[in-house]
Amino acid sequence: MEFDISMPKCWRRETKGHKFCPGCGHGLVLKALGLAIDELQIQDRVVFGCDIGCSLLAYDFFNVDTMQTHHGRTTPVITGIKRARPDRIGIAYMGDGGGYAIGSQHLVNAAARNERITAILVNNTVYGMTGGQMAPTTLPGMKTETSPYGREISQTGYPTQGPEMVAAITREGAYVARGTVGKLSQLKNMIKKALETQIAGTGFSFVEALSTCPTNWSTNAKDTWSFLEDEMTKYFKVGELKVPAKEE
Amino acid sequence: MAEKPIQGEKRVFMTGNEVVAWGALAAQADIMYGYPITPQNEIMHYWSRLAPKHGKKFLQTEDEISAGFTTIGGTIIGARAFTGTSGPGNTLMQEPMSMAEMYRVPAVFIIQQRGGPSTATVIYSQQEVTLTTFGGNGEGYRIVYSTATHQELFDYTIKAFNTAWKHRFPTFVLADGYQAKMREPLTIYDPEAKGIEMVPTVPTLGKEGVPGVDRPPVHMTNTRNTEEELYEVVKGLQAAYEEMWPEVEEHEAVECEDAEIIIVCHGVVTRSARVAVSQLREAGIKAGYFRPITLRPFPVEPMKQSIKGAKQLLMVESAQGQLARLVKDSIYGSTIPIEPMFRPGIGISSEEIVEKVQSLIK
Repeated sequence: MEFDISMPKCWRRETKGHKFCPGCGHGLVLKALGLAIDELQIQDRVVFGCDIGCSLLAYDFFNVDTMQTHHGRTTPVITGIKRARPDRIGIAYMGDGGGYAIGSQHLVNAAARNERITAILVNNTVYGMTGGQMAPTTLPGMKTETSPYGREISQTGYPTQGPEMVAAITREGAYVARGTVGKLSQLKNMIKKALETQIAGTGFSFVEALSTCPTNWSTNAKDTWSFLEDEMTKYFKVGELKVPAKEE
Repeated sequence: MAEKPIQGEKRVFMTGNEVVAWGALAAQADIMYGYPITPQNEIMHYWSRLAPKHGKKFLQTEDEISAGFTTIGGTIIGARAFTGTSGPGNTLMQEPMSMAEMYRVPAVFIIQQRGGPSTATVIYSQQEVTLTTFGGNGEGYRIVYSTATHQELFDYTIKAFNTAWKHRFPTFVLADGYQAKMREPLTIYDPEAKGIEMVPTVPTLGKEGVPGVDRPPVHMTNTRNTEEELYEVVKGLQAAYEEMWPEVEEHEAVECEDAEIIIVCHGVVTRSARVAVSQLREAGIKAGYFRPITLRPFPVEPMKQSIKGAKQLLMVESAQGQLARLVKDSIYGSTIPIEPMFRPGIGISSEEIVEKVQSLIK
């Protein structure tokens, strides 16, 4: 089993294959996260929180203690954990709806307070679990169940640029990046740096991962990849937005 | 560790919010999470002044939703954590409270009732009874203590932590703006000096060892895939709730044995009922009062027993029958007449109760 060998050590084998739809990017983001946890050897210290939406399907994904919360509320739960037990490594895992819509006040304020937690947000431009409604990240003109004629930016605004927003409200010491499941090794390194930032205690850490939702995009494999690589990256620039200064 | 915040016991003159902060400190609470709303603000004010001196923590969150969920986070990782709120904040906090019911998170909530609906007044009411006992989507798997005096505020703040951690249901101290802001003498004490042992806290998440290697991982989900699956979960919660019910329920029944008329009240209104009953008794009127201390779980059997010989009940509350609904549900089957004295959002004096009773008796 070649694939088995490539599974991160902290993945829980008993719960694989995972529960996500075929072609979903969540598995890749969680692979990047799993590899980062393995490399940092922090499996015993991580407390993982997942949101409502497709991210909830990650509740038994890892051999790490996990709490599935409510829609948008993973950031405050992990914040509460971290404040009470600063020796734990808190990871809040959510989708774009959870982080940028219903839980945006928590993301903004956790970032502003420089909470020493790591938020990982999966951006697939739609509400997946509820059936493909328009998300804060839906691209201009993009058709969804609640924008059946295409997202009309004059009525619904432009897609939220989360990392740009978080970078603007955090201070030196925070880590902010946007990765993509199309570049897994880079995404893993970003998540690793985010976790290192939390461990160093210099500030808030945030990684948005561009991801895929062929189920709600109604795309085949080729078009799924093309939407991720060609369309999404036009609007969502991949790269690091804020990196803590290296200690001398 | 720093020395105990209270040595032995001490007579003090404080506002109710200050009392709550001292009660939490005496109970060895580790952390408070909170968001400003009147009339509970001074709990945070006092706590945030006291906390660093005693190695405790405070976090001011962005709203009450966050205050509730951070409190859950702190509790689930093993801290004795609490929050306080009121009115519209209580409304917002129902979402985390509902999660605390499902996961049996022993978080402690202090509610200082203000007027409603909406913004209403910042002063006083008993209009958050329904919300605090049965708010949220679910069945109200909570423990709610309704206090009448500053001494009780102190006693039940300590007790709330122990009840919560022993029975693992979210636990509430329900007071009001009058109790929050009024200053009154009481005795604060070190629980240990009174023989009260604090129930130890245990982390649900983040125990020692590598999950999946040294121990199984803890995977908490509150999501169920089928109706039947959920039904089993709720039945389990219900069974646990019913099991702790007799141990937790509390009431006060005064002069009920031979009473012809029994005043039913709770919280701060009890103080007026107490005075009214003694004045009525002096005037030769056989009056008593029954007061649930736990609004959830409701003292159903004690209430039924207490009203057995009475000819009528006078329901007195600073709300439009929120306590009355709990009472009627509890004494179902009884044909005793119930006279309402509902004063939503305003205080009720002993004189008003006496006058009302006299008008009913003659």
